[in-house]
Amino acid sequence: MTASELAEPRREGRPGPAPGELRLIVRDRPLSLAEHVDHYGELPAGQPGALITEVEQAGLTGRGGGAFPAGRKLRAVAEASSRARPGRAGVGSVVVANGSESEPASSKDSVLLSHAPHLVLDGIALAAGAVGAARAYLCVSHRTGPIARPLAEAVTERTRAGLSEVPVEVVATAGGYLSGQETALISALNGSAPLPTFVPPRPAERGAHRRPTLVLNVETLAHIALIGRFGSQWFRTAGTPGAPGSALVTVGGAVERPGVREIPLGTPLGSVLRRSGLTQPAQAVLTGGYFGTWLPLPGGAAVPVSEEGMRAAGAALGPGVLAVLPESACGLAETARVMSFLAEQSAGQCGPCRNGLPALAETMNCLAFGQPGQDTIGWVRQLTGLVAGRGACHLPDGAAGLVRSALEVFAADVQTHLQAGPCARASRPAVLVIPAGEPR
Amino acid sequence: MSQLEHDGGPGRQPPLARPRLQVNPIACDAHGLCIELLPELISADPWGYPIIRPGPVPLRLQPLAHRAVAACPTLALILTRPGQ
Repeated sequence: MTASELAEPRREGRPGPAPGELRLIVRDRPLSLAEHVDHYGELPAGQPGALITEVEQAGLTGRGGGAFPAGRKLRAVAEASSRARPGRAGVGSVVVANGSESEPASSKDSVLLSHAPHLVLDGIALAAGAVGAARAYLCVSHRTGPIARPLAEAVTERTRAGLSEVPVEVVATAGGYLSGQETALISALNGSAPLPTFVPPRPAERGAHRRPTLVLNVETLAHIALIGRFGSQWFRTAGTPGAPGSALVTVGGAVERPGVREIPLGTPLGSVLRRSGLTQPAQAVLTGGYFGTWLPLPGGAAVPVSEEGMRAAGAALGPGVLAVLPESACGLAETARVMSFLAEQSAGQCGPCRNGLPALAETMNCLAFGQPGQDTIGWVRQLTGLVAGRGACHLPDGAAGLVRSALEVFAADVQTHLQAGPCARASRPAVLVIPAGEPR
Repeated sequence: MSQLEHDGGPGRQPPLARPRLQVNPIACDAHGLCIELLPELISADPWGYPIIRPGPVPLRLQPLAHRAVAACPTLALILTRPGQ
């Protein structure tokens, strides 16, 4: 047997989706279990250790925003689990599938869950086997609460079909921007408030029910379902060596066909936007969501859409949000509104965030809509330095990053606002939608 | 064994083995005792919350760092060691 045969277990049955073919969402309606198996084939019963190695070799990174290597997470939980129960490797850990998608500009997780529930449930089953989980939770957004029921039905469908898997409980999250944060989800599952907690302990060590807990985004789990079937080499037939595979992105803002699409990672940003119907001149793209980064256009059009490509350009892919800002909008006004939202969404647990985010929001609103003074920009910069890295979660870091990128990308607007007050574009309707009455 | 002996004495503690100060920001209530006890490493932000100078705690300040940790009324100040 050659080395390559060892690395790539022999696959029986059908080949994986060909290059260029959609991998995750293949119909414009939900696939039943029978249709799903018909399309992808049965889920192979592999060795738990082999799946972790396969995911590591695939180079799959988390699709929820953190881009953390999924294989490393699987291994950490599997190891913590075997430490927790010596001699009974992996018994009693927990899998949490995160579909809470609290990012207002993202809808890829709810679209995935409503179209390909069994791909996510396959991923949960495989991951649970790999880390020896005794139970699993599938957390969905309160915004898309109606999908909880069909998901619960999909779980029942699998039990009826005789699949012997880890029991999956579908849970609707309380809502709010922070409710989808890893430690907030765990806190909620443990019966506490859905708010972030201080790390350590890391969820991999002690999470839900104080057990080692694997928290993975639902799209990440869907990719694991495909890697489990078709292998790491197949996975790498899409994307680039540094950013392998495909990813779901939510394209919004000033495009003719907004929505969720699957792209090979590394596709140039301009090409993704063109396919979504970007026809008018645009000034920037908000990447990575409401605590992401502005990327200027047309300069950013060549940036590869991947965590690695975006980072090199000073931006972030995060959970795959790409929101286009038209020429007709004011980037400072958009940023100020988002900052007000983020400040409202602060859990208020950490002093620097509780005090700093409202101050940052107020100052950005003054810059966008009021009469800023000569010291306004200095104060904004000082505030971003005061909040970044000083919370239990990354909300203040994200807020600071958004503001810093706004000052850079919209530098010309900053000068206009400083000299002459709000520009005419600042009073136009918002491009970035701010959820109303969002719980905190 | 004293902390100093445990740490291997002056100049013999590799930087990576030196403890670091960390604040649990959820627990911190801005009492400010740590800022008074260890101004060399901890300063106050505009709202009175501690800002920790990044990097490991120098050997000569470690006894003060331990005092600051012990003085925190909400147990929010933590000394972490590598691998923790």
